[in-house]
Order: sequence, then C-alpha cells, then structure tokens
Amino acid sequence: MSTDERATVSLPVRNDADLMTVRQRVRTLAQELGFGLVQQTKLVTAASELARNTLIHGGGGSVTVDAVSDAQGRDGLTLTFRDEGSGITDVDRALRDGYSTAGGLGMGLSGSKRLVHEFSVDTALGEGTTVSVTLWRGHASHGPR
Amino acid sequence: MQPGASSVPVLDLGGILLISIQGELPDDAAVDLRTDVTLAVSETGARGVIIDISGLDMVDSFLARVLAEVAASARLLAAQAVLVGMRPSVAITLVELGLALPGLETSRTVIEAASRFGVEIRDRGDQPAARGTDRTPT
Repeated sequence: MSTDERATVSLPVRNDADLMTVRQRVRTLAQELGFGLVQQTKLVTAASELARNTLIHGGGGSVTVDAVSDAQGRDGLTLTFRDEGSGITDVDRALRDGYSTAGGLGMGLSGSKRLVHEFSVDTALGEGTTVSVTLWRGHASHGPR
Repeated sequence: MQPGASSVPVLDLGGILLISIQGELPDDAAVDLRTDVTLAVSETGARGVIIDISGLDMVDSFLARVLAEVAASARLLAAQAVLVGMRPSVAITLVELGLALPGLETSRTVIEAASRFGVEIRDRGDQPAARGTDRTPT
C-alpha cells in the first residue's frame, strides 16, 4: 500500500459537531474516488463509529483520511483515528460484539471491522489508541454499488 | 404541539405522531428526540409513532440505539413505533454492522404505516410518498 502523493485530509475529533464534519468529509472523499453508494455508506458509518470511540473512549483526537492504492492498482481510502487516551485494556474483548464499557450497544468497534476490508488497532495503556481502516473501491461482496 | 428540545418536529396527525428526520442529526438532538417523542405520546395519547428516516443517508449504532429506545419508551406507554423509509444502502450497512433492529416495526411508506393505526392519509399524487431510496436527495 502506498500513499503516492494523493489527498491527505486531517480532521479534529473533539466534539459532537466534529463527528458530523468527519461523516460529511468522508462521504465527499468516497464520492470523489468513485465509491458506490453502499460502499460510501459503509465507510461513513464505520467513520462515525470510530470517531465516536475516539471522542468518548479516547477523550478526543484526530482522524486522517488518505487516498491509497495497492500493487494491483486498486484505489481505496484509509481512515486513521488517533487519540491519546487511556488505551484499550483487552483488544480481543473490545472487538467482541456487544462488549461495551460506555453503556452503548457494543457494536461500534466490532461492527466497523465488518464494514471495511482492512482493520488494525494499535493501543498502549496510558498512551492512546490508533485505529486504522481501509476500504477498497468496488471490492464489496454486495457489488460495486 | 410545542416544539421540544430537539430540532426535529413531532407532528400530531390525530391519534398518531409523525416524526420525519431530515438530514443529519447531531448526537444531542437524537437524545432530545427520544424525550420529545415520549412526552408527546403521553400528552396526546397517541397509539402510533411513525418515524420517517428516508432523509437519512447513514444510521450508526448511536442513532440505531436512540431509535430502538424511542420504540421501547413508546411501547411502555402503549403506543407502537413504526420505522419508515430506510434507504437500501442504510439497511445493508446496519445489518452488516450487526444491528438488524429486531424490536422495531417497519413499513414501506408513511401512508402504509398510518393505515396500521386506522388513519388514512390520502396520497394526492403531487408529492412522492416518503420512501427510502438511495436516490432520495439528502
């Protein structure tokens, strides 16, 4: 995966209004890259879940959006959410459906993983968490729409 | 009806309430909506609550939870909530996210939902019925 000089957008995730901005920008960038409607919706939904995690669990942070392409020439978008919060104690547990420490549905992290092609969590206790996801264009099991 | 704290109007159609969520909803407005709807059910004695989400291009787990809670509160007050107009792309995404919302009743259109409660809304044909399509302008 390379980032070959293309668009990189960085956005703050500090409050409720930032979540809306993140959703709107991710939607626009996915449209510009030619993502189909279902893929746009999946990526925007994953972005909303992960940005909310950054805000609620990480105490705020930022997200960068990178247009990427792989060796096969596929285009995609990578979203990287960073916070400097307390970190995740047990990542495997946090990725389980229905597990929540904030009284939510516990589907944010586990559900987001299902909406994208690549998903990674890098976390250290007391230092923060970075969650990175990538969706490739036209690779969804539901077709290119 | 007095507008509540949320920015979303709750319309009393005589026995049923119609809530049409247009465009993006900030988290706090979604939470306010839950309160507004619950109070409106109590004040009006409505039997049905129709929630039209044809204007939404995304429903995440936060909003899904609010919608489920609106339905649960309504049910405790002997009213039934019916979700109308979800776009296909939103439905696909929600199911994949793991939130099929089994506790929520659904109808295809507001007219169909209203008829469940014996309320007839005439479609004059000059306005398209709210129905979730991925072509609905945001």
